[in-house]
Amino acid sequence: MSTSATARDTTRDTARGTALPRHTHGVAGRMAASVSTPGGAVFVLVLALLVATIVANPTFGDPGVLIRFLGRTAPIAIAAIGQYYVIVSGEFDLSMAAVIAAQVVVAGNYIGDDTGRNVVGLVLMLGLGALVGLLNGLATTLLQVPSFIVTLAMMLALTGLVRYLSGGAADAPPNDAFREIGRGAIEGVPVVDVIPYPLLILAALSALAVWLMRRPFGRTLLAVGDNPAAAHLSGARVWWVKTRAFVLSSLAATVAGILLVGYAGVHPTVGQGYEFSAITAVVLGGVVLGGGRGWVLSAVAGAFAIELLFTLLTVLDVDATWRDTVRGLIIIAAVAFAARAWTVGRRTSGRARRTTLSDPSAPPTEPTSGTNTGGN
Amino acid sequence: MSGRGALAGRLGTLTSTGIVLAVLAGAVVLGTVLTAVEGRNFFSTGNLRDILTATSVLGFIAIGQTLVILGGSLDLSVPFVASLTGVVAGGVMAGETGRVVPGVLAGIALAAAIGLVNGLVVSLLRVHGFIATLGMGLVISGYIASNYQGNHGSAPRSFRMIGISFIGPVPVSTLLLLGCAVLAIVLLRRTRLGHHLYAVGGNPEVARLSGVRTAVPIVAAHVLCSVLAGMAGLLLLARLSVGNPTIGSQGQYDLMSIAAVVLGGTVLAGGKGNITGTLAGVAIFAVMDNVMAVMETDPFLRNVVRGVVIVAAVAVYSRRSIGRRPARFERPGVLDSALQEAK
Repeated sequence: MSTSATARDTTRDTARGTALPRHTHGVAGRMAASVSTPGGAVFVLVLALLVATIVANPTFGDPGVLIRFLGRTAPIAIAAIGQYYVIVSGEFDLSMAAVIAAQVVVAGNYIGDDTGRNVVGLVLMLGLGALVGLLNGLATTLLQVPSFIVTLAMMLALTGLVRYLSGGAADAPPNDAFREIGRGAIEGVPVVDVIPYPLLILAALSALAVWLMRRPFGRTLLAVGDNPAAAHLSGARVWWVKTRAFVLSSLAATVAGILLVGYAGVHPTVGQGYEFSAITAVVLGGVVLGGGRGWVLSAVAGAFAIELLFTLLTVLDVDATWRDTVRGLIIIAAVAFAARAWTVGRRTSGRARRTTLSDPSAPPTEPTSGTNTGGN
Repeated sequence: MSGRGALAGRLGTLTSTGIVLAVLAGAVVLGTVLTAVEGRNFFSTGNLRDILTATSVLGFIAIGQTLVILGGSLDLSVPFVASLTGVVAGGVMAGETGRVVPGVLAGIALAAAIGLVNGLVVSLLRVHGFIATLGMGLVISGYIASNYQGNHGSAPRSFRMIGISFIGPVPVSTLLLLGCAVLAIVLLRRTRLGHHLYAVGGNPEVARLSGVRTAVPIVAAHVLCSVLAGMAGLLLLARLSVGNPTIGSQGQYDLMSIAAVVLGGTVLAGGKGNITGTLAGVAIFAVMDNVMAVMETDPFLRNVVRGVVIVAAVAVYSRRSIGRRPARFERPGVLDSALQEAK
């Protein structure tokens, strides 16, 4: 139990001047400490699932097969990155699947066979994605409607609008040059044979996300998710930070849509269920619903964990119909574990925080809701 | 509740349920006019029957969802519970009148067991209600997909009568719905459990420090929600006469019920709201749908209208709930306290 002791030390350390305990240990100690958090444990889970899959089906360990798997998983991982921004700021984005469906239709109907429209089409799609995110964000922050409701309404409205305008689905898939983004690859690479473009895009977006989360924007986003009131008092523009998170989420969904058009075509059900898959991946990565905690690469790892799990189930000849059941059990177990793991290190500080919460000078979140309602 | 009027003029004297009912009245008036423009009578018996019939399934689920949301949780597993109850009860009934009661009991017991698991996972394992019930929904959907391909079981004629018989212009299903609503209102207003549910939804930590066993109301709300979803499933079974394994997810009852509850003025974070508002919210949806059907609006455009109405309505409530707090409970606005500091 040395790891939990380490974690406890970390949280107890509020005094200035002393080195953080996590830094006093060697590299191994720090690794052990981070693996004991839910955000670190997901990497162990990915590794374990990978080993299990390779044991069950040795060809999966072939670099060429593995890299194609990574390429296939890229869209959902990109969606998870987008969902991460929103969840870590304490909100939800349920409109992702609708954005993907809309982008697929735009790609099919606007770009179509015309190669000359590829660049304009891409800009148009990204603009549309940004607009949807902006609307989501502004309705959530300025109109103060819960994001669950805003993005649910956006899902209904966007799906309805797209189907109304397109008559149900896109006419034809876009030209092959455009689809190449999603299904193409750099050929002739040693060892792995090919590097799919989606994987490169995922790598770029992951690097961007890590950089962004270390920028003032990322720090503010975490602070806003943890405690919006405190962030506001510290001078953060809460509404604008959250709105940008929604814009990033919709842009990520747009990119996922562009990739999906490549290898899945323009079927109207493309992207269906992506909002819940992305939320599942993010939560499996140890990011706390309600905001303020979690690492973006853990969310990416969460997406890979789920896809690896599905691959493993396929390899083990489990009926595809049982996939949902396993996924449901896994996310409940993961979140139950995370709920324990986050409290193990924080029990003392949790109690301390509770006493400050009861201090009337520090208004907790929503202190009066419910106290002034008379029932029906 | 004094001081409320002083705060916000004439509008301030309305409770949020009052606003919901006003919106419903507005929707009915607008619906009457638009229906009349199309040369039809909104208040014709046939049309009223249509509206009431359309409300009942979503109504059952929304009442249950209200209880869960008041407790600060969510239930995304309701459509799958409804589907599962339908196929299981249909399977037990197998078209024989004598087996209606065992079929109903089996369906309800199964739903209650699912709700119990939901409630225990949320309250004891401290899993967010969103994840717990999303996971439970996935578990059930996997089970259904693996065991029930296509329609299953059949409802005997005696059971089907529930779905198709009327007392005057009122469908029997609506009367059942109102009965459940009255029971839920009594639960919330007159029993200790109901008051505890509000307390836990408002602030679980304060409720715990006040001596409330926080797990009890949460578990009870989840069980009741699943049972009501099960009743919706039975009603669907009675209407279709066979158990359809995808009927729940087709109806999107999870998201639509949450939308109806919030449209009815209940706060999504919990602790504030009531059943009357939810019923009005469901009715607003039904009137909207009915009018758009009469006007032959494109079915896809209807979703656009729904989305806009939901956001617009909830935006109005959320503005009000900030303005309407009694002074002694008023949380100092972030800006106000900053100004005070500056002084």
